Amino acid sequence: MQTPIYLDNHATTPMDPRVLEAMLPYLGARFGNAASRNHSFGWEAEEAVEKAREQVASLIGANKKEIVFTSGATESNNLAIKGVAEMYAERGNHIITAATEHKAVLDTCKRLEKHGCKVTYLPLKPDGLIDLDQLREAITDKTILVTIMYANNEIGVIQPVREIGAICKERGVLFHTDATQAVGKVPVNVIKDNVDLLSLSGHKMYGPKGVGALYVRRKSPRVQLTAQIDGGGHERGMRSGTLNVPGIVGLGKACELCQQEMEAEGKRLGGLRDKLMNRLTSELDEVFVNGSLEHRLPNNLNISFAYVEGESLLMGIHDIAVSSGSACTSATLEPSYVLKALGKGDDLAHSSIRFGLGRFTTEEEVDYAAESIIRIVNKLRELSPLYELVKEGVDLTKIEWAAH
Amino acid sequence: MAYSDKVLDHYNNPRNVGSLDKKDPYVGTGMVGAPECGDVMKLQVKVDPATGVIEEAKFKTFGCGSAIASSSLATEWLKGKSVDEALAIKNTDIVNELALPPVKIHCSVLAEDAIKAAIADYKAKSGVRDDAAVSA
Repeated sequence: MQTPIYLDNHATTPMDPRVLEAMLPYLGARFGNAASRNHSFGWEAEEAVEKAREQVASLIGANKKEIVFTSGATESNNLAIKGVAEMYAERGNHIITAATEHKAVLDTCKRLEKHGCKVTYLPLKPDGLIDLDQLREAITDKTILVTIMYANNEIGVIQPVREIGAICKERGVLFHTDATQAVGKVPVNVIKDNVDLLSLSGHKMYGPKGVGALYVRRKSPRVQLTAQIDGGGHERGMRSGTLNVPGIVGLGKACELCQQEMEAEGKRLGGLRDKLMNRLTSELDEVFVNGSLEHRLPNNLNISFAYVEGESLLMGIHDIAVSSGSACTSATLEPSYVLKALGKGDDLAHSSIRFGLGRFTTEEEVDYAAESIIRIVNKLRELSPLYELVKEGVDLTKIEWAAH
Repeated sequence: MAYSDKVLDHYNNPRNVGSLDKKDPYVGTGMVGAPECGDVMKLQVKVDPATGVIEEAKFKTFGCGSAIASSSLATEWLKGKSVDEALAIKNTDIVNELALPPVKIHCSVLAEDAIKAAIADYKAKSGVRDDAAVSA
């Protein structure tokens, strides 16, 4: 086993060697511009792009004509939300989203608010799921778009996408989902899930960075978007710019591999995740799993170690790459907004660690991580005045803290 | 972010971890910060009543590595100092010694506050210690 160990696969994933192999020719001799119609260089590039388009479409149950290549999920989210808001401005100006969305969605919505849109930010239930009744009530005759993520990047909770899509369909509202964390990890099908627009990214599924896609439904309803990048009219006019052929080839290959291996990989990672969780929760006290366990990505574990501050915990496990919901290094000192939206106190948000297991994670690595974390949490609790008080029977909520 | 060697040293080998008896009339306890802010420091000093010198200092800290290092360093500096000398310790001294970056300056401020709170507690207790009825 080599250290450091990478358990931060929600941030990014290593590229699968098979993906790199597929890409290499397009970084070398096959350098053509996919838009060149007059020679073989262009034709072979176009052929590679169209193969990848088919591979991406196949993974999500779409038609290849419904795939628009972008630079990644952030661009896809921007294009979907701003593109719909602009195109359907005459029909309405109301958008519904959720408090735990990725910043690529939230900040896009905030910008639209400055341009006259109204945005509803749905609250979350304590398990991280949205309340479908609240969604129904939030839809008005001005609502043009609902944008709710498929699976959350911090807590891995999977939203009831199919039901959300059905509600939107019934009410004649478009439904966009940021499926960056879900595609390639769990079965996603745009038809069954009633999705009109879907964002995905290459580097979250063992593909390259700098490439992603937006699914745009072509039939019932035919979704139209106002392009956000103007130019040569690539991608059926929705996203101009010379296609990133090697990246797109890599994205396609990554999708193909996920389609072949997702089921077995999901079972394996779910088993490893459960092992990690069971060790941490059985060998330590005052440990809390954040978000629904039932509706969750198989590779995610988000857990709070009460009375231990997240950043100090990360410092003690410097050979294990994970993320903390603590934001002690950020300028605002604000902990994770996702955990806060679940109603977790700031103290538990500061104490949280996110594990993202991946295709190349081994059982040995999981065991090593569990042992290291248990050792450091015990050490830091020896240091923790809060743990001491709790063990003395003091109720921390009854203390008047001098907030600073 | 990268930590300075001194922060890492205090984090890996914290000095003077532990608790003193809060009820001891010569022990001053300071607890500052708040759990929701991600930092709570408890710092205690035990003063020799004959000389007025701090003979023992202990801490426990919930917080980031810099907060742990700031309070660990503070206990090191407190030992052997008079109460008045202890009050002269400034957060900037801690920032300089540990090479704390700007986002971690609040950790040093908290440590200075903890020192002041512990000394204030000691003074309050020792001023009435003949009553023998004091408690923390």
